[in-house]
Amino acid sequence: MEQTIKVDLSKIDNIIDRYHGNKEALLMIMQDISDIYSHVPPTVIPILVDRLGVKISMVYSVATFYKTISLEPRGKYIVSVCTGTACHVRGAEKIADALQQKLGIQEGQTTSDRLFTLKAVRCIGCCASGPVITVNKETYGGLDRTAAEKVIENYKQMPLNGTA
Amino acid sequence: MAILSNRESLEKFQDKLKSAQSHGKKKLVSLCAGSGCGAYGTAKVHHALMEELTRQNLTEDVEVKLTGCHGFCEKGPIMVIHPQGIFYPQVKPEHMSEIVEKTIKNNELVQSLIFKDPVSKAKITLEHDIPFYKLQQRIIFGNNGLIDPTSIDDYITVDGYSAMAKTLFDMTPEKIIAEIKKSGLRGRGGGGFPTGIKWDTCRKHHGIRYVICNADEGDPGAYMDRSLLEGNPHSVIEGMIIGAIAIGSHDGYVYVRHEYPLAVTNLTIALDKCREYGLLGKNILGSGFDFDINISRGGGAFVCGESTALMASLEGSPGRPRAKYVHTVEKGFKDGPSNLNNVETWANVPVIINNGADWYAAIGTKHSKGTKIFSLVGKVVNTGLVEVPMGTSLRTIIFDIGGGIPKKKKFKAVQTGGPSGGCIPERFLDLGVDFDELSKVGSIMGSGGMIVMDQDTCMVDVARYFLDFLKEESCGQCNPCREGIKQMLEILTSICQGNGKEGDIEMLEELGVMIQRFSLCGLGTSAPNPVLTTILYFRDEYEAHIRDKKCPAGVCKPLFHYEIDPETCTGCRSCAKKCPQEAIAGDKKKPHSLDQSKCIKCGICYDTCKFDAIVIR
Ligand SMILES: Cc1cc2nc3c(=O)[nH]c(=O)nc-3n(C[C@H](O)[C@H](O)[C@H](O)COP(=O)(O)O)c2cc1C
Ligand code: SF4
Ligand code: SF4
Ligand code: SF4
Ligand code: FES
Ligand code: FES
Repeated sequence: MEQTIKVDLSKIDNIIDRYHGNKEALLMIMQDISDIYSHVPPTVIPILVDRLGVKISMVYSVATFYKTISLEPRGKYIVSVCTGTACHVRGAEKIADALQQKLGIQEGQTTSDRLFTLKAVRCIGCCASGPVITVNKETYGGLDRTAAEKVIENYKQMPLNGTA
Repeated sequence: MAILSNRESLEKFQDKLKSAQSHGKKKLVSLCAGSGCGAYGTAKVHHALMEELTRQNLTEDVEVKLTGCHGFCEKGPIMVIHPQGIFYPQVKPEHMSEIVEKTIKNNELVQSLIFKDPVSKAKITLEHDIPFYKLQQRIIFGNNGLIDPTSIDDYITVDGYSAMAKTLFDMTPEKIIAEIKKSGLRGRGGGGFPTGIKWDTCRKHHGIRYVICNADEGDPGAYMDRSLLEGNPHSVIEGMIIGAIAIGSHDGYVYVRHEYPLAVTNLTIALDKCREYGLLGKNILGSGFDFDINISRGGGAFVCGESTALMASLEGSPGRPRAKYVHTVEKGFKDGPSNLNNVETWANVPVIINNGADWYAAIGTKHSKGTKIFSLVGKVVNTGLVEVPMGTSLRTIIFDIGGGIPKKKKFKAVQTGGPSGGCIPERFLDLGVDFDELSKVGSIMGSGGMIVMDQDTCMVDVARYFLDFLKEESCGQCNPCREGIKQMLEILTSICQGNGKEGDIEMLEELGVMIQRFSLCGLGTSAPNPVLTTILYFRDEYEAHIRDKKCPAGVCKPLFHYEIDPETCTGCRSCAKKCPQEAIAGDKKKPHSLDQSKCIKCGICYDTCKFDAIVIR
């Protein structure tokens, strides 16, 4: 299902306008772009340089410094396993193991059908319900191996036509 | 034109809201919509409740409030029915018709839903009788369960913005600062710097001054800032406005993690409402004072919580700390004098102004005043957010409020202060928690993370865990931090894999001292703490790993295996049914056996066996 990502330039312009073309908002602008395309597509980088008046090296250094930004395309569903301390002592590692097995990928990778990206995050602030995972913006708490696998299964069953 | 154009209009509006409340609907259902309860399905419960109320024609008589976090997140979704204060934990959509029929219409209890205390097994009906809440003093967090965070009117009803009005019209900036100094308030972000002194210093420097709120909350396992911003954003905003009046600033920023979407949403709504009401923007309440607040979303870097890194990030650059020859109160964001305080620090400010410095200073210990919110998590029965006076003992927090350790396991340690803190063993449980006491035993109170560990937690693994975290989070610009952490992590990893050797412990200590001494920022200088405290208090566990090649807690996979004790095994077959490897076999009601060659040490059998027949060897 390899496909090149079509970028709707008017959407990018809208995002930049929302921050009044303010270069201090570079990180937030890239986060908003990531929310739409799951990453910052290379084609938008010259636009950022042009409209915000920042150096291209700045765009790359911000993009690589902050973990919320990816320059690589990611899956439709981003599965984040919390490995924060509270979740760690409650067995987050076992959840991570189970998900790696279930999806057949390692942490940081994307499934070949581009459906899932698995990543580890350090605390999402639901520590009392640990171990927790998030799938895009949904949070699932109080998990064990089987419950975590079930969450993934539910997403696999979902119709594909929804927008990411 | 702003809705509230002067102080009188605020007061009149407040009176109107209060009398409407006292003459209003008889029943109030407070349903927690914080992130924790949300994860357990608040939205569906809310939908079912509204449908049921509509069906029964009760929407006119019953008010339903979606609130922020009540603190007892593990039992979510939480519902409290007022005026009585009836507490129903873990409510589900299918419970709604019974709750409406019995409790809301007829003031009867739904017996099956009443909270059962996990320790005493007693059934407890009212929220304030539950031990988890009873021993707390919730002066900062208490309003969370009463207000809808998206309603500015709710906040104004609980005397919101009166403290701001008082500082605008009755107090000079000097008087405000004197009051904060007298209260003894110290920063809740971890450092414990006296807030009044920081404001005073910032005020004395010239230039465009900035007031900033640190909502980066990078400490893994801590979430009180998230819950305050989500559940009571106006208390933080009011604190910041008062700070701005005192310091003489017109520009405010909240630096909040991108991973906290609900906090960002609720804060955005709150700020818009403030502008609409005339509580932010030009000429606040007709006083002539201008102030506004912007939101900046951080990108998930722990180091960005450090003050200089945070300001670099606000400016749109990678968040790398700089040397603090010049402090940020003198030259910070855009080179202006910048006053940074933590979310909880800001939320304390209106409470102090409303109740007076003397009232506030009477709470807490000699050098740590007021209350502190702790994130009580990990291996503890009642997990959640706990607000207690400074000086409350670890034992009270973990055992009386927290209900102790689940599954009859033994307490081993409590980790405080996050990656900059340490692990405190059982013998110090009677220490009162404040800025000074915990540092005497090598840890810190920090921002309030309190992670409880039991006999199944390996302390060497915990030390390895924190260094692994810090290796990822080090910004890499100075050698001792970047290389030192990497080397310490290599040693710890090899110990956990069974390759530890004599001299490793001493090497870790040496490296630790070097990193503490020569790193540039607080991340590096505190990074060795989790390792050094675990060596100090759990040296025998390190030695078991290195000399005996054993992990007594059964965490480091190469250093232990599971066995079935034939004396205790009842042959109930529970473990055999669950083992994903089919490694367990045996006849019903006869002792089972475990095939080591098939076992992947997933621990499912260990967690399953009710008879403690699976043992770690
Ligand atoms: C590595 C590092 C991370 C920090 N993270 C935070 C944080 O997430 N939140 C916070 O309020 N303070 C954090 N701090 C402390 C801040 O630098 C600063 O002292 C604090 O925000 C000041 O506010 P306060 O005086 O109200 O505590 C961190 C410090 C360091 C060295
Ligand atoms: S101590 Fe570590 S995090 Fe701090 S500036 Fe140095 S390398 Fe960066
Ligand atoms: S640890 Fe896991 S694989 Fe090994 S016997 Fe137990 S359940 Fe089976
Ligand atoms: S669960 Fe425990 S008691 Fe039951 S068969 Fe397994 S080891 Fe024996
Ligand atoms: S540690 Fe997992 S959500 Fe905080
Ligand atoms: S989120 Fe509901 S009690 Fe904390």
